Amino acid sequence: MRQQAGRRLDRGRRAGHPATVPDIATALAAAFGLITEGDRAVLSIVTLSLQVSFLAVALAALVGLPLGAFLAVARFPGRRPLIIAGNALMGLPPVVVGLLVYLLLSRSGPLGGWGLLFSPGAMVVAQVVLITPILATLSREVLEGLWEEYGEQLRSFGATPRLAVPTLLWDGRFSLLTVLLAGFGRASAEVGAVMIVGGNIEGHTRVMTTAIALETSKGDLPLALALGMVLMTIVLAVNAAAQLLRDLAQRRQG
Amino acid sequence: MRMPETALPLVARGLGFSAGGTALLREIDLVLEAGPPTLIIGPNGAGKSLLLRLLHGLLQPGAGWVRWQGRAAPRAAMVFQRPVLLRRSVRANAAFPLPLAGIPAADRGLRVAEALALVGLTDLADRPARRLSGGEQQRLALARAAALRPEVLFLDEPCASLDPAATAAAEYIIQTISRQGCKIIMSTHDLGQARRLAGEVIFLHQGRVCEHAAAPQFFQAPSTPQAAAFLNGELLW
Repeated sequence: MRQQAGRRLDRGRRAGHPATVPDIATALAAAFGLITEGDRAVLSIVTLSLQVSFLAVALAALVGLPLGAFLAVARFPGRRPLIIAGNALMGLPPVVVGLLVYLLLSRSGPLGGWGLLFSPGAMVVAQVVLITPILATLSREVLEGLWEEYGEQLRSFGATPRLAVPTLLWDGRFSLLTVLLAGFGRASAEVGAVMIVGGNIEGHTRVMTTAIALETSKGDLPLALALGMVLMTIVLAVNAAAQLLRDLAQRRQG
Repeated sequence: MRMPETALPLVARGLGFSAGGTALLREIDLVLEAGPPTLIIGPNGAGKSLLLRLLHGLLQPGAGWVRWQGRAAPRAAMVFQRPVLLRRSVRANAAFPLPLAGIPAADRGLRVAEALALVGLTDLADRPARRLSGGEQQRLALARAAALRPEVLFLDEPCASLDPAATAAAEYIIQTISRQGCKIIMSTHDLGQARRLAGEVIFLHQGRVCEHAAAPQFFQAPSTPQAAAFLNGELLW
């Protein structure tokens, strides 16, 4: 990967682009080359990034969305503190999460037996911790509005809060897609936590964000920029696809 | 022949409800028996919707109590002024409350089909419910309640946002449900509608039951000056 990118960089230099301050065009050319040539290393980085982030969003959704829906409908002592805690946890600094998960998963830590540290699994764990509060908080806000509309009628049908949760999740599915996207955005853009618990091991735990950080610190700015563009393109594509799906489905449902 | 088990009469004693220090309902005593529809009428703010919600158990009274004094477990449903439809098909909306009411899966299809036929929405069964017109939406809400085959159906101004044609359709459905043996307890601010539907009338004024009488008696010879004024079309508040 480095070699190929280097070759493209040479081409750019011959065309009059100084190597030390790469412009966007050089980076674009490098990014384009990386993708069209199907660079194995880049491909594996992109694939791993997507796998880790998608899996983290899926696992976080399993907990976060029902939790958010429950907080939207249930009234119990301790609900307010829980909501405030959720709001605060949305802003968790990724490096701190990384550190905590690192301590949990390290050999001598309580979950050291899982042998997850410096593996993609550890990265998934860290991202799940990061985005579950986001999914819970955002879905609660979305579903509170829906509950305002549905609440009386559902209670008239004899639905308890627990029974109302699946109904809200299903009927709020279009809005929740946006919530999931917010989680995916946070997961795929995050670098601090996965760097600490994954270790940025080439071919094993290197994802786009950690690769970008590494290439930047090594001074290979075109490659870093190219990877950054790939990352942005993927995030954009995922968002566009989800938005399209949402619009389509919503137009059908009214 | 054994009399069918019933949860009626529905009895309220000393019922009161306040919000923010203002008494909205006071000392309501009611006995609601099986029979023709009971129409709750009165000016805006008299507490009609509030009374329905207390009777249905959606709100807890601040004073007094509401009790079903029959032997059977109550089966009640409620339709609101603005129909609350789920983001699903017409059929799925009609079927939605059946599992919650403990209706066995095998019976649900027939109940839904009958209810949709009753309100004339059979052909639209697969449409998204929220794409229906206002009148169709309210008919679907009525069908959804009818599918439960409730013993009592609470209706909170079900025609308030409907045009005359849709109102006529809804009234016809309500009368049909009533004839099938369901007790209708309905609020309206429309006197004409009360005359068309009522078997008995509860006249609410300023949070109190001003009058509770059989419909002919109420409309011909109201016993309170407030009710007489209301019937004369005078503005009450």
